[in-house]
Amino acid sequence: MGYALETRNVKKVYGSGNSVAIAVNNVSLHVKQGEFLALVGPSGSGKTTMLSMLAALLRPTAGQILIDGRELGKMSDAERTRFRREKIGFTFQSNNLLPFLTARENVELMLRLNGKFDKAGQRRVIELMERLGLGERLNSLPRQLSGGQQQRVAIARALVHNPAVVLADEPTAALDTERAHQVVQTFATLIHEQERAGIMVTHDLRMVQYADRVAQMMDGNIAREITAREEINALASEGRIENPSARLHAAPTPGSPSREQMPQPALAM
Amino acid sequence: MPIYLAAKEMWRLKGRFLLIASVIALITTLVLFVAALAEGLGNGNKEYLEKLNADLIAYKSGVDLSVQTSRLNRPTAQEIRRVQGVRDVGQISAATASVVLPNATGNIGVSILGVEPGRPGEPPVVQGRQLSDLNAREALIDRNTALRTNLKVGDTITLKTIQGTKEEFHDLRVVGITDGRAFFLQPSVIMPHLTWERVRPGAVNLQQSQMVSNIVAVQLMNPQDAAAMAQKIQAQVSDVQLVDRVTAYRATPGYKEQQNTLDTQKYFALFIGVLVVGGFFQIQTLQKVPQLGMLKAIGASNWTIAFALLAQVLLVTVLGVTLGTLASLGLSLTFPPTLPIVFTGGAVISAIASLVLIGPLAGILSIRYATRVEPLMAIGMTG
Repeated sequence: MGYALETRNVKKVYGSGNSVAIAVNNVSLHVKQGEFLALVGPSGSGKTTMLSMLAALLRPTAGQILIDGRELGKMSDAERTRFRREKIGFTFQSNNLLPFLTARENVELMLRLNGKFDKAGQRRVIELMERLGLGERLNSLPRQLSGGQQQRVAIARALVHNPAVVLADEPTAALDTERAHQVVQTFATLIHEQERAGIMVTHDLRMVQYADRVAQMMDGNIAREITAREEINALASEGRIENPSARLHAAPTPGSPSREQMPQPALAM
Repeated sequence: MPIYLAAKEMWRLKGRFLLIASVIALITTLVLFVAALAEGLGNGNKEYLEKLNADLIAYKSGVDLSVQTSRLNRPTAQEIRRVQGVRDVGQISAATASVVLPNATGNIGVSILGVEPGRPGEPPVVQGRQLSDLNAREALIDRNTALRTNLKVGDTITLKTIQGTKEEFHDLRVVGITDGRAFFLQPSVIMPHLTWERVRPGAVNLQQSQMVSNIVAVQLMNPQDAAAMAQKIQAQVSDVQLVDRVTAYRATPGYKEQQNTLDTQKYFALFIGVLVVGGFFQIQTLQKVPQLGMLKAIGASNWTIAFALLAQVLLVTVLGVTLGTLASLGLSLTFPPTLPIVFTGGAVISAIASLVLIGPLAGILSIRYATRVEPLMAIGMTG
């Protein structure tokens, strides 16, 4: 099966000799087009390192990462930069937006970087921003936007250039609960609508309810993958987890409904 | 794309960039005025010799090109004239005197220059006529003298000199006005050589054949052979040293020291400019590290980031230099013409080019730093 994103025994080791730290240890995962994967785990579990490698910002020590059929390990630094620009959309915990560009200009940035800022591109920017409930804020500067609005602008920027993969690093870290739900719900809806492969790294288990799958990382490994809707919802409803090991051994409930069987949330405004 | 990013940021943060442009404008004004002062003061020393209508200047040998010490008599001048390749020669002497201002309102110091009318050494006039003969009681005044004395063609100029211990006054008719021909940092009055002999301190009454001058101006048939002709004349005429005009005026007392001092000030101002502009952009870059990390993380290349920063540095520098240049030229219009501030095309262009260069030079460190920003660390994804 062709996956939008696939990793095969990816490993990341820091240091050498007697002082070696394994941040990611033989991780294999995959994400299909239109699928939203939540990557969770406590601090130090390797999820941020994993995301960095998926974003072509860090080279793995071993293993393969394939995005849109291309292996990142075979690329030069310049090719990786170009690949990030063309095929990957990224939102960060903070400092997502350039403070001297308006909301619209920040979204247009990806098209300009790719040399695709034409009339069609301009229309797409406005359509996407209106879809995200930012139609009235096109010409606002980032400092004039709330945290949730800033993250939605970042989501628009991450999607505007039709990337193969969209990555989000702790998108709700600086947001209150209500805005956090709005942002992740929006993210999930657009991932599904636009048939992108989406991966979100988060500490906040409440947000996993919007994901199709959850991968739990622990000590650099994928400790568990959860696909059953009921189990995902159960994980989400218990809030932020303090003892991650307590969740690892719960078996999926037979007959739990799939994503298609669940009512789709309306786009948050 | 880089120009777009640079311009957008500058527009949004125009106050900050205007501030650094203002600093550059001030440094530009300082550099231009020091350059103009160097030119003006330099002119005071070199103007007459620099504009001399001669290809070589003959001194007595062994006087270290000192005009005051050099003495060349008439036979020596004629001997130089007879060397093949020499078109014409003119004897020139210099001394100092005072011009008594009209209505005895005061005196101004001048250099009095004795020349042979119609020969090398007599400058062309811009008003009036040239000197007529060696004995005529007439004079040309240069522009500097005219401005200070308000004398015009047809007026009488009264020169005061000291003969022994007594003051003597000599009236000469102003027949022409030349462009600036300052000598020994003073405005000049040019007169026929025998008239000069009767006016100067230690005056004597001489015939033409007895004329002794400080230097001899030499015009050549082929000016491009000046170096070879200097050797030839020195070989054929005893006890003379010949140099070109540039060497001559650079040897005038104090010229080199004055120019070195002013050049040092100019380069120091440029160095300060590099530090100030460099410091500003380095601080700017340090403050923008998270933005730079984000740009790199979403796929902006190092070239895009470097060119954006370079574009900002250049735009700010060009704006500052333009403002400073306009301010300098505007300010110079308010100065009295007697002030030794001279903006010449060459000096201004050279100063402006140096100033525009300080931007990129100053920006090198910050551009290098920006391209080395590690995106993961900059956006806090090292955890």
